[in-house]
Amino acid sequence: MLYLNIIVSGLLTGAVYGLMALGLSVIFGVIRIVNFAHGEMMVLAMYGAYVVNARLGLDPLLVLPLVTLALFGLGYALQRLLINRYIARPDHEQFLLLLALATIITASLLMGFGPDARNVQLDYGYDSYQIGAILLDKVRVFAAGGAVLGAAALWSFFRFSRTGKAIRACADNQVGAQVVGLDVKRLYAVTFGLGAACVGAAGCLLLLLVDVQPYIATDYTLLAFIIVILGGLGSMPGALLGGILVGVSEALAGFLVEPSLKSAFSFGLLILVLLVRPQGLLGRA
Amino acid sequence: MRAMAARDLSPRRAAALGLFVAVMLLLPLLVNAYIVSVLVVVLFSAYFGQSWNIMTGFAGQLSLGHALYVGLGAYTSAALFVHFGLLPWLGMLAGMAVAALAGGAIAALSFRFRVGGVYFALLTIAFAEFTRILFDHFGWVGATEGLFLPVANLAHDDPLRLRGSPRMFYYLLLALSLAALALSHHLLNRRVGYYWQAIREDEEAARALGIDVFRYKVAAMALSAAMTALGGGVLAFYDNNLYPDTVFAMSRSIEIITAPIIGGLGTLFGPVLGAVLLTGLGEIMTNLSNAAEISGLKQWFYGAALLAIVALQPSGLWPWLRRRLGLEEGRR
Amino acid sequence: MRHTLTRRDFGLGATASGALLAGTGRARAAIRPIKLGSLLPRSGYEAPIGQSCQRAVELAKKMLPEMGHAIEIVDVDTESKPEVARTQAEKLIREGVEMLVGAFDSGQSFAIAQVAEQHGIPFVINIAADPAITEQGFKYVFRNFPTSVMLGTQGLARFNDLFTATGASPKTAVLMVVNDTFGQTMLRGIHALMPKANLPFEIVDTISYDPQAKDLSIEVAKAKAAKADLLMAVTRLTDVILIVREMVKQRYEPMGIISPGSPGMYQTQFVKVLGKYADYAITNIPWLDPKQAFAHRFEAAFNQAYPGEVCTLDAGFTFEGFVICADAYKRAGSTRPQALVEALKATNIKERVMIGGPITFDAKGQNVNLPSAVVQIRGGKPIVVLPAENAELAPIFPVPGWSQRG
Repeated sequence: MLYLNIIVSGLLTGAVYGLMALGLSVIFGVIRIVNFAHGEMMVLAMYGAYVVNARLGLDPLLVLPLVTLALFGLGYALQRLLINRYIARPDHEQFLLLLALATIITASLLMGFGPDARNVQLDYGYDSYQIGAILLDKVRVFAAGGAVLGAAALWSFFRFSRTGKAIRACADNQVGAQVVGLDVKRLYAVTFGLGAACVGAAGCLLLLLVDVQPYIATDYTLLAFIIVILGGLGSMPGALLGGILVGVSEALAGFLVEPSLKSAFSFGLLILVLLVRPQGLLGRA
Repeated sequence: MRAMAARDLSPRRAAALGLFVAVMLLLPLLVNAYIVSVLVVVLFSAYFGQSWNIMTGFAGQLSLGHALYVGLGAYTSAALFVHFGLLPWLGMLAGMAVAALAGGAIAALSFRFRVGGVYFALLTIAFAEFTRILFDHFGWVGATEGLFLPVANLAHDDPLRLRGSPRMFYYLLLALSLAALALSHHLLNRRVGYYWQAIREDEEAARALGIDVFRYKVAAMALSAAMTALGGGVLAFYDNNLYPDTVFAMSRSIEIITAPIIGGLGTLFGPVLGAVLLTGLGEIMTNLSNAAEISGLKQWFYGAALLAIVALQPSGLWPWLRRRLGLEEGRR
Repeated sequence: MRHTLTRRDFGLGATASGALLAGTGRARAAIRPIKLGSLLPRSGYEAPIGQSCQRAVELAKKMLPEMGHAIEIVDVDTESKPEVARTQAEKLIREGVEMLVGAFDSGQSFAIAQVAEQHGIPFVINIAADPAITEQGFKYVFRNFPTSVMLGTQGLARFNDLFTATGASPKTAVLMVVNDTFGQTMLRGIHALMPKANLPFEIVDTISYDPQAKDLSIEVAKAKAAKADLLMAVTRLTDVILIVREMVKQRYEPMGIISPGSPGMYQTQFVKVLGKYADYAITNIPWLDPKQAFAHRFEAAFNQAYPGEVCTLDAGFTFEGFVICADAYKRAGSTRPQALVEALKATNIKERVMIGGPITFDAKGQNVNLPSAVVQIRGGKPIVVLPAENAELAPIFPVPGWSQRG
């Protein structure tokens, strides 16, 4: 029973990680840029939700659509005005560009909010459901539910909408997409916006579970990398699977081995997957 | 098309190099202890940048985890000194061997399994982080409690035992950095250098030409790792205390690669220029930030400066400065 | 009470005579102010605590001159990095700073200590617990903070005091410990001291966790599964918040949660975030002495300048660091490093902010007279509950369950 509890807990947390990593995966899958400012963008979203909560007392879950939209706008603008110029540049220049953005975001947050951790107070913050012997943490259930809904919304967008289909065409064959008259620049901007929207939503959900501080961003960027590589960079179901895999395996490793070694376990898993199946579990070769 | 290094030094370039070396030799005698301590940071950054440049600038394989080799070099030499009293220089040789083996193994594994590009870059991060966490649990080198070197008798300089003033470390690092410059120049003008650059520009074409791509990439990584570890050994004896979380830090890996990219990736002098500019800029920002009493201002300006450079001179400042100074090499 | 009066009289006297001298236009006979340098991690990952220490620096700038000490303070940020601590120490010395105070963190303090030794400038450590720092034979380094081993020893001793005072006697404990420099030195200390400490309980499981963990639900589940009477926790701040939150959610209710001497459960943030669930958390740690008039004055000044913040040992020890420097300068009567070091060695400050006997330093430059108090959160405030002679309230243990709180 204890194991079941631990696995369920890992599963729920992993779903939120999955949504966060989904954003990274979408951006890489289409634009072929690794967003090294991914964690920073999520922390920005967390502060956004925190401010609205602190001022107006609104639940982060209610603020989520607003923050998601704002992050979409930010991502769209960033891609259109800045990142687009670096698409064909070498990896290290892209890296430096996003590193600079990440540094600026963190420093701005530090100057604006100070270093202390911020959190939201929820009246259901400490509730849990008891189902048989399983104890389910209420906010974790909400967060995971939100993550699954978010991922489903994104999936249906790519599956059914015109723009979504166009983006997929673009990812498969950029030149071809240009030939048939698709506005690749706009589609790229939409894609980056969607990737940012994913972290926007993930940030609001995560704020239910953790306190936000300017400096936690890098850890989340790394976590997102691990997850997408496990699942396969560019693969949407892969990102979710990767998230859940990391969530559950860290939980089990933490319980069975030494908790302080659990992130080594994730990195080890990543190294193993990269060497055995470099395209990731669900990635295309 | 990036310019390749010239086979010989033109008189103008020789004069510029001579002037640079002369200034660097005299500088610590002219400035105060504070500036010397900043210059030591500059030289560490320059040397690590030069070492990294061989892997990424010459052979074209983006490594984002070079803190791993700093840490291996630092911990090997420091632990051998603390536990067995082994002379630092011998310990550093051992550290270089360990790092070369680790780097070579990581490269061999990755390239054997055709891990390249961004995947390789992320893999290097994974190895560095994995090792950091292992060292957090490695009791023989103090784990998270840290490894301390005895700091008594720092008063007089003893280059053999690496005990001494910042000024001694300055000259030591200057020598290392100049040696790295000479070695890079030498390698670029050998077959191995041409092969590396061919691999960097187009791996498939290089393979078609009959170059053993795998072997040369692994060699670049092993050499780069060994050089980095040597610097790591010096760092251990300069800092005198090591914690896995600072030595193997991800932020260190990022710092190592920023200077050479800013200076000009793949160029000989870029890492040095990048180190001078970034450390200098950082120091000015720190002091302004302290004067203004705003925490975070420094990092903000630092980020803005990186953004400006990558926007205006994406291929680095040295190629631009070189043109300005008329130090372009011939038609190569 | 008498103490306060004399001090205030002295303060007023000094100000008045200063004004008088200035008024008559005569050259002031007072000695020239000594320049003190403060190095703290105000940005970077240690920024929260660095900035909390910084508040005491601001208060020292104001209060010490009012008390008649001739000092001025130059303060810099170490960015939580040892190499920045090192260059900034060099810079301060270059700018004529005559004594250094800092730097909260052991790695950064060690870097500064080396610079101080090289230049022969006295360095007073406000907070840094790594025992290795005072084992190096430094001549210019003085530490007015317990080593992690001292913290562990004192912390364990207070357990028995607590059990005696409350009549409780847990049989088993589970130990959660953060896997960083501080946590692990303390863990080693605890394991070495447990057999000698004569405690009624035994540690049935030790759970060591990652300091950067964002989720500690598994760790808490593991602790709960140990079914121990008591939770012992060696933590930092963000992690202990996660731990207590998970304990509430998982309905894990041991007799209490006690830290044998680590940060976290006495900090403002802990109380702000957890509200009623923060109450009754116990930390065995050196604390501001509620029975000392000087501590009251400092705390009053702190509360006036920083309403809404709790005056903790971070502020207390940082402030004492400057008091030690000012006192040494007053007795040395000179800014010569050798004279200052001699004065520091002879330090004997009876009027303290923190609990404990007079501040003195042993041959290694360590203040060995730094006892821990039992500090319990009560009504959202850290309150000294033991030792009885310093206590403001009586301890409550075992603590009320999560659901029994208003």
